[in-house]
Amino acid sequence: MIAADPTLIGPSVNWFALSPLLVLLGAALVLLVVGALAPRWPRHLYALFAAATGLATMILCFFLWHDISAHGITTLVGGTLRFDDFSLFVTITISASIVLVAFVTDDYLRREDLEGPEVYALYLLAAIGGVVMGSANDLIVLFLGLEILSISMYVMAASHRKRIESQEAGIKYFILGGFSSAFFLYGIALVYGTAGSTNFTEIVSSFNTTVPAVRHDAFILAGVGMLLVGLGFKVAAVPFHFWAPDVYEGAPTPVTSFMASVGKVAAFAAMLRVLLFALPHWRDDYRPIIWVLAVLTVVVGSVMAVVQTNVKRMLAFSSISHAGFILIGVEAAAHRAGQPEGGDGASSALLYVLLYSVLVIGTFSVVAMVGRTGDSATDLASFRGLAKSHPLIASAMTVLLLAQAGVPLTSGFVAKFGVIQAAVEEHSYAIAIIAMVASVIAAFLYLRIMVSMWVSEPEAGDDAREAVRVPLWTGIALSLSVGFTLFVGFFPGWLIDAAKAATVTRPTRP
Amino acid sequence: MLNVVWLIPALPLAGFAIILVFGRRLGDPKAGYLATLMCGGAFVVAVGAFFDLLSKSADQRQHIVKVFAWVPVGSLKVDLAFLADPLSITMCLFVTGIGTLIHLYSIGYMHGDPRFSKFFLYLNLFAVSMLVLVLGENMLVTFLGWEGVGTCSYLLISFWHERESAATAGKKAFVTNRVGDWGFMLAMFFAFQATGTLSWVGVNSAAHTMAQTTATAIALFAFIGARGKSAQLPLYLWLPDAMEGPTPVSALIHAATMVTAGVFLMCRISPVLNVASSYAPTLIAIVGAATALFAATIAVAQNDMKRVLAYSTISQLGYMFLAVGSGAYTAAIFHMVTHAFFKALLFLGSGAVIHGMHNEQDMRRMGALRKVMPITAATFIVGWLAIAGVPPFAGFWSKDDILLAAYDKSPVLWAVGLVTALLTAYYMTRQVIMVFYGKARWHDHHEEQGAHGDFEPHESPAIMLLPLVVLAGLSIVGGAINLPFSHTTERLATWLEPVLGTHDSTTAKIPLAVIATAIALIGISASIMVYAKHKRAPIEPEVLAQGWYYDAAVSKFMGGPGREAFEGVAWYDANVIDGAVNGVGRLVRGTGQRIRTVQSGNVRNYAAAIGVGVVLLLAWFVVVRGNL
Repeated sequence: MIAADPTLIGPSVNWFALSPLLVLLGAALVLLVVGALAPRWPRHLYALFAAATGLATMILCFFLWHDISAHGITTLVGGTLRFDDFSLFVTITISASIVLVAFVTDDYLRREDLEGPEVYALYLLAAIGGVVMGSANDLIVLFLGLEILSISMYVMAASHRKRIESQEAGIKYFILGGFSSAFFLYGIALVYGTAGSTNFTEIVSSFNTTVPAVRHDAFILAGVGMLLVGLGFKVAAVPFHFWAPDVYEGAPTPVTSFMASVGKVAAFAAMLRVLLFALPHWRDDYRPIIWVLAVLTVVVGSVMAVVQTNVKRMLAFSSISHAGFILIGVEAAAHRAGQPEGGDGASSALLYVLLYSVLVIGTFSVVAMVGRTGDSATDLASFRGLAKSHPLIASAMTVLLLAQAGVPLTSGFVAKFGVIQAAVEEHSYAIAIIAMVASVIAAFLYLRIMVSMWVSEPEAGDDAREAVRVPLWTGIALSLSVGFTLFVGFFPGWLIDAAKAATVTRPTRP
Repeated sequence: MLNVVWLIPALPLAGFAIILVFGRRLGDPKAGYLATLMCGGAFVVAVGAFFDLLSKSADQRQHIVKVFAWVPVGSLKVDLAFLADPLSITMCLFVTGIGTLIHLYSIGYMHGDPRFSKFFLYLNLFAVSMLVLVLGENMLVTFLGWEGVGTCSYLLISFWHERESAATAGKKAFVTNRVGDWGFMLAMFFAFQATGTLSWVGVNSAAHTMAQTTATAIALFAFIGARGKSAQLPLYLWLPDAMEGPTPVSALIHAATMVTAGVFLMCRISPVLNVASSYAPTLIAIVGAATALFAATIAVAQNDMKRVLAYSTISQLGYMFLAVGSGAYTAAIFHMVTHAFFKALLFLGSGAVIHGMHNEQDMRRMGALRKVMPITAATFIVGWLAIAGVPPFAGFWSKDDILLAAYDKSPVLWAVGLVTALLTAYYMTRQVIMVFYGKARWHDHHEEQGAHGDFEPHESPAIMLLPLVVLAGLSIVGGAINLPFSHTTERLATWLEPVLGTHDSTTAKIPLAVIATAIALIGISASIMVYAKHKRAPIEPEVLAQGWYYDAAVSKFMGGPGREAFEGVAWYDANVIDGAVNGVGRLVRGTGQRIRTVQSGNVRNYAAAIGVGVVLLLAWFVVVRGNL
C-alpha cells in the first residue's frame, strides 16, 4: 500500500517563472561564499557582478513578460506567489535600480576605502525580499519578503564602519522597523482569525461569503488597520515617517539611494497587493485613511523639506513628499479595489515608483560625489560653485531636480500627471488640489539646491575644500538616469502602456 | 505655409541650439545677429501662415499640425501638435514681430556684456517657449510653453545675478509663477475629467455640454494661473521687481509677450468661460479693473523710470482682464496687440535713455534729454500719446473698445476704467516731462558726485534706434487693424470671430469716446500744470511711492510671522524630533554613549509618534467603522 502510494506530492514548480528570484539568490550566495572563502577579487568585479545580475534578471523578466502575454497569469509554489505582469513590473524596477546603485557603490567604496562584496550581497538579498513582496499571494509570504528586505537594509544602513552616523542610522532603523513589523504581523493574525487563511485568493473568497456578517467586526477592521501601520511605516507615510530623515542622512549615500528606490518600490508594491488583492472588501474602510495619509505625507514632506539645510535630509523629506504623491495613486486605486475595471490609480502609482527610483538614484549619485571623502559634505554650502567646477554634473543635477519638481518634458512630470489625473478621475478633487499646493511649496526646495549650484557666490575657504571627483561608473549611472528621465519625458507612452498592462486583470492560465 | 507652422517655434529653437554649442565662438555681435535672424525667420513663416489662413473661408481657418505622438495611451492621447487658427497666428505675428525688433535692439544694448551670447541664448529659448505656448494644440503643449516662459523669465531677470536684488527678484518671479502653474494644472485636470480630452478644440467644442459648476471651476483655476503670469492682484509683486533684468528683457517679456499669456489663456478657453456661472466673468472683470486702478495709483509716485512702466504694464493688463470679464475677448486681444506696440516702444525708449545716461534710472536726475536724444525723445512721445489714449494713436482705439465693453457690463467698472485712464495720462505725462523736458538735472547730480567730468548723455546707435522708429510707426497706425466705424473696418474682430465669437454692443460709441478723449486730455493738462508749469505741488504721497505698502507687508509677513511659522517647523524638527541626536548627540562622542542617547530619547520619541498614529488609525477602524 505504502509503496504504491506516492508519499508526498510537492507543489509543482514552474522553475522558469521563478528564474528571476533564483538568479538573484544564486548571485547573492556566490558573493557571500566568495567573500568569505575565496581570495579577494579586484573590487570593481563585485560591482560588475551585481550589476550583471540585475541586468540578467531584467532580461529574464522581459522573456517572462512575453510568456504571460501569450499564456496568461498563474500562481507559483502552491499558490503563494503570483506570476503576473504586476510582479514582473516590480521585478524589472528593482533590478534596474540594482544596476544603477551598484555602479555608484563601487566608486563610493573605493573613495571611502571600505571593503567588500557584502554590501552587494545585501543588495541582492534585499532585492529578493522586494521581489517576493511584489509577487506575494499570501500574507505570510509577503511578511517573509518584507523581513528579508528590512533586515538587509538595517545592515546596509550601518555598513559605513567609519561613520558613527551610519551605525546610528542602522540601529534606529532596526528598532523602529522591528516595532512596525510587529504591528504588521499582528494584523496578519487578526485577518487570519477572521478569514481562516493567509492566502489572498482564499481570503477574498472567504470574505465573499462572510462579509455581510463581519462587515463591522472589530477584529478584522483592527487587522486591516494594523496591516496599514506596517505598510505605512515601510513607505514612510506621515506619521510613520520619523525614521526616514535620520536613516537617509546617516546611511552611506548609495545605500540611501537604494532605500529610496528599491525600498519604496517594494513597499508600495506590497501595499497595492494587500489592499487590492487581499482586502478589496474593506476598501471603503481604508480609503479615507489612505486619503489622510496621502495628504499629511505630501504636505509635511514638502514643508519640512524646505526648512532643511542638509541636502540629504532635504531629499529625504522630498522622498516623503513623493511617497505622498504615490499614495494619491493608491487612493485612486482604492476606489476601484476588487472591480474588474481598475482605473488608472494602481498603474499611475506603479509608474511613479519606477520613474522616481531612476530619478532618485541619479540625484543621490551626485550627492555621493559632492559628499567627498567621509561622505559628510552634504550641506547646501557644499554644492556652492558646482556649476563652475563641474558644469556637466550641475546640469545633470538640475535636470533631475526639475524632474523631481515635475517640470514637463521630464519623467517627473509624467509621474505626477499620472497620479493627479487618476485622482481627478475618481473625483478626489480635494486631494489633487492639496497635492498641487504642496508641489508648489516643494518646488522651492529644488530651487534652493539649484541656486546653490549656479548662483551662489563662492566664499572664502571654498578653494580649500577637497575637489569633487567624478568617477567613471558613477558618471555612467548618472548619465543613464538623466537620459532615461529626459527620454521618458519626451516619449512616455510605452511606459504608461506597460504600467497599465501590469495592472489589468488578465485571464488566468488554464 | 500652414503645414510648416511648426517652423515658427523650430527656428528660434535652432538658434538656441546653435548658440548653445557655438555661442562662445560666435561671440559679440554674431550670436546676436544669428538669434535675430532666427526670430525674423519665424516672423516670415508666421506671415505666410497668416495669408494661408486668410485665403480660406472663415469656418475653415483651423489647421492642426502634428509633430509626434507624445502620450499615445488609451484614454489619454496627447500629441505634440500645433494649432494654427486666427488667435494663435495673431499672437505669433506680434510675438515674433516685436521679438525680432527687440532682438535687434539687444545687439546694441548688450554690446560689450561679458555674457553676450548667453543673453541671446535665453532670448531665443524664451521665443521658443512663448511660441509653443500660443501655438499649442492642447493644454499640455501650452503648459510646456507656460513653464518654459516662466523659467526663461527667471533666467533673464537674474541675468545679472551678481546683483543681490536681481537674484532675489528672480526667485520671487519663480515662486509666483509656480502658483500660476498650479492654477493652470488644475484647470487642465478638470477640463480633462469633464471632456476626456486635452485638446483646445475638443475642450471648447464640448464646453456647452459641461455642467456649469465644472465650467466655473475650470475658468476660475485658469484665472488663478492667468493672474500669476499676467501679474494681477494679488500676484503682481514679481513684475516691478522683474525690472532688475536687462531692459530689452523687460520690453519683451514683462511688457509685450509673456505677461499677456494669462489674457491669451482666458481667450483660449472663452467658450468655457461663457458657460461658467455669471459670477466668474464678473470676478475677472472686477479683479482686472481693481488691478488697473491700483497699479495706476502707484505709478503716479514712482521715480524709477522702469518702475513707472512696470506698474503701467500691470495696469494695462488689468484693462485686458476687464475686457475678458466683460466678454469682449476681441477687445482684450486688440489692446494686447496695441499695448505690445507702444509698451515695447516705451521700454526700449527707456532702455535707450538709461543706456545714454550710463545706467541712471532715476527720473529726478534726468530732464531736458530731448535735446541730446532727439530720436529717442520723438519716439517716446509717440508711445506716450498712444498709451494716454489720445486719438488717433493706437492705444485710443483699443482702450475705447474696452471701456465700451465695460460700460455694457456695468457703469461702475466703466468709471473705474475712466479714472485709470485719467491717471495713466497723468503719470505718463509726468514721466515724459521729467525725462525729456524741464531743466537738465544730470549735471548737478554728477558734479556733486564728483564723477568723471566728461559725462554727457548721448543718443543710442542706429541699431537701437531702428526698432524704436518701427514701433513708433506701429503705435501711430496700429489702431487701423480694428476701427469701430463699420463691420468692414473691424478687421481684427472679424478675423478672430471664428475663435472668440462676437460681442455686440448697443451703447452709443461716440459719446463714450468723446468722454474718454476728454479724460485723457484732462490728465495730460493736469500733469503739465504740475510738472511743467509748476502751478501746483505734485501729489506723490509716500504710501503710493511704496505701492500701498503691499510689498512691504508681504515681505514683512514672509520675514515675520510666515518665516517664524516655517522656522517653528524647523525648530520642532530640530529640537523635538531630532533633539537627542543633533543636540546632545553632537557633544557626546563614543559609540556606547551615543547609542544610549538614542535609546533614551530620540527613538522613543519616534516610537511614541508611531504609537499615536496607531491609536488614531485603530480608533478609526474599530470605533468609527467597526461595532465596538
